[in-house]
Order: sequence, then structure tokens, then C-alpha cells
Amino acid sequence: MNGVSFPNRSTTGVSTGSTTAEFCGHCGEPSDGGARPTSDVHRRCGERLAMEPPRYCAACRRRMKVQVTPLGWSAECSRHGVLVP
Amino acid sequence: MTIQANVATGDKANDAIIPGTKYEILETARRQVLEDGIGLTESQLVEVLELPDEALPAALQLSHEVRLRHCGEDVEVEGIISIKTGGCPEDCHFCSQSGLFDSPVRGVWLDIPELVKAAKETAATGATEFCIVAAVRGPDIKLMNQIKFAIDRINEAVDINIACSLGMLTQRQVDQLAEWGVHRYNHNLETARSYFPEVVTTHSYEERLDTCNMVKAAGMELCCGALIGMGESLEQRAELAAQLAALEPHEVPLNFLNPRPGTPLENQGIMDGKDALRAIAAFRLAMPRTVLRYAGGRELTLGDLGTREGLLGGINAVIVGNYLTTLGRPATADLNLLVELNMPIKELQKTL
Repeated sequence: MNGVSFPNRSTTGVSTGSTTAEFCGHCGEPSDGGARPTSDVHRRCGERLAMEPPRYCAACRRRMKVQVTPLGWSAECSRHGVLVP
Repeated sequence: MTIQANVATGDKANDAIIPGTKYEILETARRQVLEDGIGLTESQLVEVLELPDEALPAALQLSHEVRLRHCGEDVEVEGIISIKTGGCPEDCHFCSQSGLFDSPVRGVWLDIPELVKAAKETAATGATEFCIVAAVRGPDIKLMNQIKFAIDRINEAVDINIACSLGMLTQRQVDQLAEWGVHRYNHNLETARSYFPEVVTTHSYEERLDTCNMVKAAGMELCCGALIGMGESLEQRAELAAQLAALEPHEVPLNFLNPRPGTPLENQGIMDGKDALRAIAAFRLAMPRTVLRYAGGRELTLGDLGTREGLLGGINAVIVGNYLTTLGRPATADLNLLVELNMPIKELQKTL
């Protein structure tokens, strides 16, 4: 993990369900899951992620290649693989 | 116009249609649209869009009657998919797929086996339409070849009508798509002519109309939609409905802006649900015979209750499941709602 500016951040994410959520899947900013209260910003991101797939890799913040289909979606990070619902 | 004495309390949806409660424009529409099948004019549509909240149940009820009388009780179900996502050279200010904005949507091509799989899954929901969409100004040879290949593979695998949405077309491309069996082509007007320059600067309203007219002339069904809630006035919303009506499209997909991060419209507020329902009623009263489809943004703007109200207020088609870059309600939520409302799903009528 490369969340160097937030070394104490929990690895349980609020947004993607990934176990390495250093970054918010919706906005790409550092995730604030863990000990501190979830910020309003990321709470809204979490709500939005109910209605859209994540665009940023929770582990490295790279923008993912996202394919939406009528009944599903997939999001691929070139480094961290494919995320599906 | 007589303002209703007993204001609706929220759960008395029929209050507005009790005897003695009259809204002149709705009386006119009942005669002109329901009885005579003639859509409302632009100025009449403004009156519908300006109706007070108390009149909304009556407006939706009338639109529903118009839909039943002129279209029947069937609901057309469609799935849509993006074959080429992102990196579009156009600057439609609402769109997360423009390469000109700082949007998080990356460019992606869908491979054909995945496309065929999606077509099968879509058909399994009962959908009769499968629309293949590409974020482009217009197709190049590579895209046209991909589309031809995709159409052939889908036709081998599943019975479903194939529609396309590939931007602006040349006459040759129109003819090719028609020849390949594309039975419907989507090309939206999006907004009123008078508001279009505020929303798109990389092509003109006339260019959009040109493609729409070529599609119709080639014998394909025209699907030409609207995107409302972009900051246009009620007058411009009426103008859009009238301009769509003049085109006589087979289908009008009605989208409600879902403000996308990084786009010029990212800070536009989500439009009011009641305004959205008024627009549904107005569009139906402008186009009594058109397939009026729920498209993107309805989940945010209308929610579950509003979705139901729209289906009882002039809507007679839905996009099922997800959209191109965003997610929709679960397909089962819409399909169960149609069962509950006793609205049969339109069955497949292949034109080939």
C-alpha cells in the first residue's frame, strides 16, 4: 500500500468493500474509513456508489477501466485487478 | 382556472379529479389529445408545465389515459450498453464521456463476446430492445466494422431487436445500418434549440436534426430523446417537447440530469420530482402515440414512488437495469412493478 500520507488509516474501506481501501472509489481522495468519523464528503460518495460503479482503485487511486452492462459492471485496475459487484 | 378548494393532503391522490375541479388546459387536452389524438402545442405545453402541484394527479391521470388510448397497455423494455466508452471529442456539458472534461471515466472498448453475453442477459429480462451505444462524434470504419460483427454475433445467439446509437451519421452509414437490420437508431435532441448552444458547442442542432431525418427516411425507427433538468426554463422544456413532436420519432427516451463529476454541469442541482412528473405528463400530451421511455436519472429525480407515478402518468417504456456509465434500479424492481401495475411487457415483433 502506498497511503504514505495517512499511515494510520484503516484498510477497511467505506466505499468499495475492498479490504485495502486507502482511497475513495468515487472521488479518488484518501479514504477516511477507520478510527476517525467518516466525513460528510465521503458519506455522500458512499451513497453515490450505490448508483454508480467505483472509478478509482481503492488501493492505489489509479483510474480504473469500468464497463457497465445492463445487469452488472466490472472495474479494472492495471495494477490491482478486476473488481466486480 | 379554478384553484381546488380542498388541497391535497398527500395521500388523497384523487382529490384533483373530483367533480368541480377544473384546469382549463387539462379540459382542452382531454378533447384535443385524448379524443382527437392531436398533441398539445408549445404554448399549451407551457401551461401544463406551469400547473400547480394540486393539479398534478389530474394531469398524470389524463396522460395515462392518453397513453392507454393511443399506445395500449404494453410496456416496452430495453437494455442499453456502451460498446465504446469515454474519450468522446464532443463537449456535451452533461456527459462524463467527453474527453474534453476532467471526468474520471476512462476510455474502454467492450469485446464482442461480452456484448453478446449482455444481449442474452437483457433478453432474459423480457426486454425486446438492445441498444448498442458508442461515445463518438460519429462512427469511423473501425466502429462500423465492429457494429456489423456485433449485430451478426447477437443475431446468431439471441432473439432481440438491435438498436444503435453511434452519433452523427453520413448517408452511407445510415444506409449500411438499415441494411444490416438495425431497426431503430437513437440520436437525441437533448434540449431545446434555444438552449442547445449552452449545452453543446462542438456541433449544431441542425446537424442533430440532419441525422434524425436521414434515419427516418431510410426506414429505421427514430429514437430521439430529451435530457431535462440542465437549467433550461419551463418554456424551453415546452419548446423541446414541441420540437421532438415535430420530428415524429417512434420513441422518446426521457432523461433527467444526473450531474456528473468533472463536467460543466456537475454543480447543477437535481431537478424537482414534481417538475419531472409535470414534464412526463407534458411530453405525453405533446406526443400521444410515441413510445415514451424512462431513461437515465429517474432513480435520483423520482425515486421509487415517482417511478410508479410516471408509469401511471404517460410513460410506456423503460430502460431496464443499468445505464452506460451509471447504475439503474435492479431490473427486478422495475419488472415486479410492471406486474404489480398489471402492465404487460411488450412482446418481440422482429421486423425481419
